[in-house]
Amino acid sequence: MQAQKKVGVLDRIQLLGRSAIDTIASLGDAAIFLVLSLIGRRGPGKHFRLLIKQIYFVGVLSLPIIMVSGLFIGMIMALQGYNILISYASSEAVGQVVALSLLRELGPVVTGLLFAGRAGSALTAEIGNMKASEQLSGLETIGVDPLKYVIAPRLLAGFISMPLLSTIFVVVGIWGGAMVAVDWLGVFDGSYWGNMQSSVRFGYDVLNGFIKGLVFAFVATWIAVYQGYSCEATSVGISKATTKTVVYGSLAILGLDFILTALMFGEI
Amino acid sequence: MNNRALEITVGLFVLAGILAFALLAFKVSGLTLGQNNSGTYKVTAYFDSVEGLKVRSRISFAGVTIGKVTSIAIDPEKYQAKVTMEISDTANYLPADSTALIYTAGLLGEKYIGFSLGGDEEVLKNGSVIKDTQSSLVLEDLINKFVMGSDDSGKDIAKQLGTLNDTLKELINKKPSVVN
Repeated sequence: MQAQKKVGVLDRIQLLGRSAIDTIASLGDAAIFLVLSLIGRRGPGKHFRLLIKQIYFVGVLSLPIIMVSGLFIGMIMALQGYNILISYASSEAVGQVVALSLLRELGPVVTGLLFAGRAGSALTAEIGNMKASEQLSGLETIGVDPLKYVIAPRLLAGFISMPLLSTIFVVVGIWGGAMVAVDWLGVFDGSYWGNMQSSVRFGYDVLNGFIKGLVFAFVATWIAVYQGYSCEATSVGISKATTKTVVYGSLAILGLDFILTALMFGEI
Repeated sequence: MNNRALEITVGLFVLAGILAFALLAFKVSGLTLGQNNSGTYKVTAYFDSVEGLKVRSRISFAGVTIGKVTSIAIDPEKYQAKVTMEISDTANYLPADSTALIYTAGLLGEKYIGFSLGGDEEVLKNGSVIKDTQSSLVLEDLINKFVMGSDDSGKDIAKQLGTLNDTLKELINKKPSVVN
């Protein structure tokens, strides 16, 4: 039997320090990685085809899950909102409840979470696989920068796709809400849309929601691509990185959402 | 999938996104182009109490929105609330002696300013001050007077009741103003 080494207080403090340094180092690493892949790209036209292809994989293929979730969430909002508002005899306000909650919070946040789960994990696994099968180092050998050829199109595709997805999510949700409230529950058509229009402000609610979508797209894609690029090149490493993408991505989105909400809607 | 089909799908996706954004802008937020191009004029009114009124509350005449409140402040000399409002240039027919009243949309709804017509030949213009105003109805005050029964209660309560009655009548007669 091997005698277990006693772990002293100093050792623990050292461990804490090391993990702090590691965390900060990996944050810096991720930032350098982002800057290197986005800045100094020569001729964006050259990789335009790659970008289109990635928008297809990241954006278009995410459409079904986004649209179905949006539809159901809008319907649920309308049903719940109606049931509560009817007890105050103000069921006409269900339109603004659905529109505002979708525009300000649910649209960007739920799209971000779904995006991190579907597109993010796929990106991480794909890039991790490339690394494991030494395609990335192969590219470097033949003089192609993998950051420009593999990473940059994926990053840009994420930045472009997610705000679009979140906008589509909101529209489908509002339409689903109208279906439940107007067609099934019998709220007057004019008051559903009229209340919505009088309470939703374009420069405030719509644009702030869109900005949230942009920020979440940035964070979720960045985390996904960085995890794939820096993962251990083994099957265990890839699966760990994929898990990390979903966990870190979701937490970052929810945390940032609180900060953004406090900044945008905190004081009215 | 060949390149052309792929590019077409991506194009459709981007188009759907832009369309959705436009839909949000026009159908959901009711943004109308050129709304800010038409000019406005500013009018000031002094109220004893503007309880519940907010900046950006709407100004309505005959139930139609014609402007919005731009600032609410205390006038330290008059001890009154000074409300500045912006009224659209197209609403240039309000007589100068019109009364500005603070109404409530629905019984619990938000406060807004409504105009009741005067008879003057002159109309309100930029910089006008509205002389006749009626403050917002504070339910707590009314209830307080009922419960406590102030000294000269008779007259006071009768007056307040009259106001309440008028307001209620107007509320009942008026169509819900939130419905556009």
